[in-house]
Parts: sequence; structure tokens; C-alpha cells
Amino acid sequence: MPDPTITPELIAKHGITPEEYLRIQGILGRDPNFTELGIFSVMWSEHCSYKNSRLELRKFPTTGPRVLVKAGEENAGVIDIGDGWGVAFKMESHNHPSAVEPFQGAATGVGGILRDIFTMGARPVFLLNSLRFGDIRPNAPNAGTNRRLLSGVVSGIAHYGNCIGVPTVGGEIYFDPSYDGNPLVNVFCLGTLRTDEIRRGAATGAGNPVFYVGARTGRDGLAGAAFASRDLTEDSKADRPAVQVGDPFIEKLLLEACLELFQHPEAVVGVQDMGAAGLTCSTCETASRGNSGIEIDLALVPQREPGMTPYETMLSESQERMLIIVRQGHEETVTKIFEKWDLPCALIGRVTDDGFMRVKNHGVTVAEIPAKQLADEAPLYKREARRPADLDSRQQFDLASLPMADIQALLPKLLAVPDLASKRWVYRQYDHMVRVGTVTAPGSDAAVVRIPTGDNTWKYLAASVDCNAHYVALEPKLGALIAVAECARNLAMTGAEPLALTDNLNFGNPHVPENFYQLQQAVDGLAEGCRAFDIPVTGGNVSLYNQSPAGPIDPTPTVGIVGQIRDPKHITPSHFQNQGDAILLVGEIGEELGASLYLREAHGLKRGRPPELNLDREKKLHDAVRSAIRLGEVRSAHDLAEGGLLIALAECAIGGTKQLGATVKLDFPHARLDGLLFGESQSRAILTTRPENATALVALLELRGVPARRIGTVGGCELVVQTTGVAPSEFKWDVAELHRVWNVAFDEYLG
Amino acid sequence: MRWAVIQFPGSNCDQDVYHVLKNVLAQSVDYVWHKDTSLNNADAVVLPGGFSYGDYLRCGAIARFSPIMPAVKEAAAQGKTVLGICNGFQILCEAGLLPGVLVRNTSLKFRCETLPVRVEHPNSRFTRDYLTGQVLQLPIAHGEGHYVADEATLDSLFVHQQVLFTYSDTRGRSTAESNPNGSRRHIAGITNRAGNVLGLMPHPERASEKILGSDDGLGLFTSILASAGLPLAQAA
Repeated sequence: MPDPTITPELIAKHGITPEEYLRIQGILGRDPNFTELGIFSVMWSEHCSYKNSRLELRKFPTTGPRVLVKAGEENAGVIDIGDGWGVAFKMESHNHPSAVEPFQGAATGVGGILRDIFTMGARPVFLLNSLRFGDIRPNAPNAGTNRRLLSGVVSGIAHYGNCIGVPTVGGEIYFDPSYDGNPLVNVFCLGTLRTDEIRRGAATGAGNPVFYVGARTGRDGLAGAAFASRDLTEDSKADRPAVQVGDPFIEKLLLEACLELFQHPEAVVGVQDMGAAGLTCSTCETASRGNSGIEIDLALVPQREPGMTPYETMLSESQERMLIIVRQGHEETVTKIFEKWDLPCALIGRVTDDGFMRVKNHGVTVAEIPAKQLADEAPLYKREARRPADLDSRQQFDLASLPMADIQALLPKLLAVPDLASKRWVYRQYDHMVRVGTVTAPGSDAAVVRIPTGDNTWKYLAASVDCNAHYVALEPKLGALIAVAECARNLAMTGAEPLALTDNLNFGNPHVPENFYQLQQAVDGLAEGCRAFDIPVTGGNVSLYNQSPAGPIDPTPTVGIVGQIRDPKHITPSHFQNQGDAILLVGEIGEELGASLYLREAHGLKRGRPPELNLDREKKLHDAVRSAIRLGEVRSAHDLAEGGLLIALAECAIGGTKQLGATVKLDFPHARLDGLLFGESQSRAILTTRPENATALVALLELRGVPARRIGTVGGCELVVQTTGVAPSEFKWDVAELHRVWNVAFDEYLG
Repeated sequence: MRWAVIQFPGSNCDQDVYHVLKNVLAQSVDYVWHKDTSLNNADAVVLPGGFSYGDYLRCGAIARFSPIMPAVKEAAAQGKTVLGICNGFQILCEAGLLPGVLVRNTSLKFRCETLPVRVEHPNSRFTRDYLTGQVLQLPIAHGEGHYVADEATLDSLFVHQQVLFTYSDTRGRSTAESNPNGSRRHIAGITNRAGNVLGLMPHPERASEKILGSDDGLGLFTSILASAGLPLAQAA
């Protein structure tokens, strides 16, 4: 069947603008054929080229003494963690596929990020994820759909992660109507490697054989990259074939075979996984990095469907495939290993020195494109940004006329809100213990994992993913800055020092100036946060066009930070540990209710300015808590976030392996009781310590410039909170009952 | 004592078991690839957890045909210690080395958590370091851990003391609520009639170091060493 003729409609359907088409003609010196049009379409899609966001991403700090592989150099950044060991980590999204096919969309999201890690030569050792859905509560308009999406996504992540044997050890899940019809699935993976064994993805050495290894190529996921670069509409269901289908068993074999092959460095020149835009991307990118060319013959590519056209083979996003550039003469090393693991392995081409990506089919050239220009010279756009007209008014709300909620009745209700409720229903489906490295179970401020460094020695890493998108929606730059601060704060609570950051920027259609303003401002905020905490960005992902006919999602710049804990003795839990322990409130007293969970859930208001962030105060808090932890003074540490002080106290009481009550007296002047209890002022934490250490701990923290005071004692089976002032109050909640409503909420929503 | 840990395609707890044996118990341990046909005179064999062959067809259904399995059956017949953990248990049942079968959890969901498991009796090479009725905290992580056998077989298992581990609450009582997957008679682990082959769904290798939460699983391994008349070696 002959290829379709190139018409303006066909060009538009490929997401290529007339200007971009002119550019293609310029690069080729002629018109592209159908296969070449498809190739440009995926390589120059937003998903692959970041053409709308690349200019903004240049604002990120990406260098530092520990950076071994920088953002943008390879498939993932690599950070030095000492003693000849490094970690490769990154976060990626699979939002659009998960919207139309949640199980496979999420599963292949996991598969994709795993490959990005082991293609660097690193063994993946843990996963995290950040998920967003519309409301799942019975009275919410699209609850049924949202529940289905949540269940499907969680099953998909479980299916893939459990089978391949990489534990999912933590994450976050949030709900908001703006994610109706456009869920977010951001997956983070970290792998370990020796620093002298980093594998790179460059094709060098003319004549070197190019090998294809892994699953056979089919028609699945065709043009997934282009699909991810469009808004979702009613017709998106028809894009279901663009959702890839994953096989974690094949990926497990592929992972082990590749890691085994990498122990033969003399044989491996370069390696790249086939992710978005599959064969197309891996061939032109490796050639571009190597300043060389690549020539392949599609007749040699293992295919699992008959009669695939060159267009289909080049654009297929079939999963679990890698491209390996082998040193001439070492082909047998490769074939033997892949035979051992019973995986397809085929010599499909050679490295050349003419700078072209040349694709043949049975010896006939079907595409011929200069590799560098295809891979690196995608158009770069400066989009228009405009501050949303209603942003200033949305930041106002009338505090004076806000009624006081019934706090006694409110606390159990808030603990059952999907944002706060126990996520046990979710993480029980993830094998979070395989690889015998998980030190801190899911449910803590950050995941803490030990990684083997040989001869029964270990290093200890902490990781968290965070973003309060409500803050970003109400003030993008500040909200993004707070995301970084909160993530670093979570790490500090476990005793960890942050090392580096990966980001997943989820935004709406960038052609809408108000959306682009949010992206621009968020990047500014993230960059400022990284500079403040002295952590580089090692890489990440941009997902745009998260938009349905109902409108864009809340701007969601998710951040993931990896930290290190030098001594396992310093690993600190989040929740109350012992009867009799003294409870300290650390940080300034604050009552800021703007953009808070309390305002949203108790008063139906998504308004107000996010709380202020004083970076100096925030850094002092982290340093002081870490110092205290290192001196052995801290039994538990939990930061204040959504829901403020009262929610943090409740979480300390009910979130651990045993539930422990507390009696707390808040003897601070305050303007409003709800502000005191639910305000989300930043840079604060709840610490516990042995009662005889309380005074010394307060003194230590104050010496480090962080206000601290004892507010109570762990004990009993009730959470008792007393406040003083003009209208003193006392609230009592049975801890077992609080635990029950918090724990069963998801069972009730999801069955 | 020489240990062999078999690696099937898709095994993913092999490194975990290897680590506990080598680093925690200072044992001599080697991996054995499923395509090999000899266990190299190992004294004890472990079939580790994972998703051998991707759980295609049925869990363990394809692994039982691996080239290494005749050697495993031979070792079992010789009275050597054979330990199947999780997917390993599934493979032993498919291979006919243990009675019954493991099917899908009644909840239809994969379940990963640490829960109470009761030791039925210490009269076995796998449990002599425990007490009758001792309740251990052991991790499970499976989607197909629901043990099924006909009534006659189930009765026989109990009569012949082949049931070593059952799911229970923290006080040692087995109830519907304390059963994570619907296993008949709350069975978590059983041996063959001769008592040298054990299959269990919980993961003792994940509960062998305090830093990970529980070291209640270590007793299973030390029991094996004690039964072989060996002193417990100190961890490296």
C-alpha cells in the first residue's frame, strides 16, 4: 500500500505547523516523505523536544560538586554519594495515557522510568509516585470515573513494579476537580551504580554494530509522543491505540541482561532505551550525541506483527526495548547474554560518520535525516505569558466574616478527606519491601531506603515527592518555591541532607498565556528554591496540554528530592513513639489560612494567598532539626503542612504502628482559634524527645535561631488540645476513633 | 552448610535470600541458574520469591519445567532441605513436591504488609528455634497466596504435622479477619510428609534484620542450621 500523499491536512494532523514544515524542508533540502514526516512529528512534539518549555528550563541550576551527569546530557542525571558510588534518578509523567487507559498508562509509565535508570548502568532500587485525580467522594460529580482511574492507575503501578521487583516505597496522592478527566501520574525512580561504571548513550566509532534488544516491535503506542502533546477531548478515546502495553516480566529479563552486559565495558560503546518515539528517538539521539550517523535496516528489526510499514516501525512505542551500540568484534558477548536471558537480540545497523540518520527497509532507503538537526535543533518557542486576570481577586478572602467551624466535629471529618486520609488502601497493593532495603515504611514524611555498597556495607537515602498545587494555583512562583521547601523539610525530618532534585512540570495548554505564565513563574520558584537549598536539578520531565474541555489542571510542578543520612542511628520516624515523651512545637507561631485545606474543606473556599515563606527561617529549621537528630535528642519529627498544627498532631498520634494519644496546651496569643489550629504557616515542625531532654532540646534549637517550646506530653488514649486566651477551649478526641475514620476512608470510597 | 539459591527468569527475591544467608548468617551460598541441571552438591536449596515467567499461565506453572527442577526433586528425595518462599512455594506445588495449590487472594488484590503468623509446632527442622504457638511478625507480598486443597488433604496435613505456619492475630487466634488471602484453614506454610521440603507464602528473608522492622524470620534459617548440627555462625 503506497504512503499517503503529503497534504496540508496531513501535516496539521501530525501536529506540525506551516513554519515548522518550512524548517523541515530547509533541513532536508526537499520535501519530507511520509515516514520522515512522522519522524519529525514525534521528535518535534512537545513531549520529546520540550519546544515550549526549553527556554524556561534553562533557568534551573544544574551544576554542583556532586553532579556526575548533568540534566539534559543523558537519560537521567547522576549524583555522587561517596565512596565510589552514585545514584541516577528522575521523575517522569504518563498523564495522557493514564487518562484513557489507566492500568497500562500507569504501568508503562513505571516501565519507562525504570528503563531511563538502567540505561545509565544503574540498578533501579526504589520507586515513588505522585498521583492526582478528581474528587472520589460519593457526592462529587465525576466520582465514579475518578475512582475507576485511581483504581486502574494503582493496579497498573502495582502490576509493573511488583513483577519487576523494584519496591514502591512512598509518594503522594491528591484530589481536586481540576484533575477531572486529566489525572496526573508522575513516577520517580532511583538506581545505584559505581561512579566509574556510568553508561552513556552516544553512538561513536564508524562501523560499530547497532543492536536492538528486548521485546519485539508491534503497532502499540503508535505516535504516543504526539498524543501526549495534545489536549484531551471527548475524542481522545480513539487515541487508545496510542497507549502502550507493558510486560514487566520482559523488562525484568531486559534489566538483568543489560546489567550483566554492562559488566563488559569493552563491549558496550553506548546504550539508550527506546521510550517515547522508540526507534526514532534512540537512533537520532545517540547519533547526535556521538556527532556521528546511524544507519539501520528495518527488515532486521524483530517484529511481532506482519506487514508493518517503516512509518509504523519507526514510530512504534512498543515497550521493553533498548538500543545498544557495540564495539566491533564484541558482538558475541552481547548475543550470548541475550540468549541466556531468552530475549530477542538483533544486529540492525551500524554507526556511520556522515551525520545522517538513515533508515532502510530491505536495503531501500526510506528515510534520511541529519541526526543532529533532528535531535537537537527542534524549534524553540517563547510563549506569551499573562498573569490571570482574576488571580489578585482570588487571593483575597474575607477572614473577618469567616465563621468558626465546629472544631470538635471537624477533626475526624478532615482526617477522612481523601487528601489526608490513610493511603494504606493504595500502598498495600505495592510490594514496598522487596530488595530488603526499605527502612521506613510508607506513611512517613519521606521514604528511607538502605542501598548495598558491597560486603554488607550500606548507604542510607531518603526521598520524597511533593507539591501543593493549590498554593501554585493561587500564586505560582511562591507555590513552587514552597514545594521545594516542603520537600527538603520532609527530608530534614528523617535526618537527611538533600542532595539533588528532579522535577515533573504538569501544566495546561502552553498556547494559553495564563497557563504559560504559571509555568514560567513556577520554574522561577523552583530555581530559587534549588539555589536556596544549594541543590541542583538533575533532570525531569515536562508534561503540557493537561487540559480538557472543562479547562486546565491546577498548575502542578511536582518535585522529588533525594537526600542522604550518614548514620542509620539518625533515621528518625515521623510519629509519636513513647508514652511520656515531651512534645515540642518548633518554628514561629502562625495563623495563615490563605489557600489552606481548612478553607477548602470546612468553608468551600479555594482562595487566599499561600502562606509566606522565609527561606532563611526555613533553612535554619532544617539545619537545627538535623543537628538535634545527630545529637540523639529527637525521638520523632513531623513537619506541619496541609491542615496545619492540629492535623500534624493528629497524624503523629494515629500514623505510626501504634496509636498514642497526647495532651497538648497551646498557650499562645492568637487572633482566631481556627487560624491557630489549621493555619498553614511554613517552616514548622512537631518534635518529640525524652521528657528529661526537653529543656535542653529547646535551648539547642533556640541557639540555632529556631524558636521552640514544649507544648505537651505523649500519653493516654486521647488527643487532648487546650488553648488559652480570651476564649480558652479544650478539645478531646479518642485516638482509636480518629485512627479508625482515617484508616477506613479509602476502603469506603473505593470498596 | 552449602546453600543454593535458584534463579528463574523473573525471580526477584533471590538477592534478598542470598544476602541474608551470606551476610547475616555467614553461610556458603551460590546462585544456580534455572538452565543448569545440577545443584553442585548443595546441602540446602532455596526457591525464592518473585514472578517466575511473569506468572504466565499460572504462578509457577512454567518454572516447574525448568531444567533445574529434576535436580531439585532429587535433592528433595534425598532428604535435603528444600525451602520455597512465596513464588517458590507456588513452584513446589506445581511441581508436585507439595500438595495443594495457591490461587488468587479472595480480595483479588495484591497485598503487601507485615502481619502475625503463628508457629504451629517446633517439631520440624524449620521451626525448632521457635515455640509452639509463637506469633511472629512476618511480611507477605502476594496476589496469589490463597492455599487450597481438598478436605481430606487438609485434614491429613494437620494430622501429620505438616502445617508449620498459619495466619493469626497478635494473640495467636486465627480468624477470617486475620487471614490476608482466604487460605483454607489459614495455612501460610506447609511441609511434605517427610518434613524436609517447606513452602511458605510469608518472606522470612524480609524479617531477618531488626533495621527492617522485624527479625522474627531469622529463626527459620537458624532452625535449619541447628537441625544440621551446625553452630550458628556470627554475622560477618
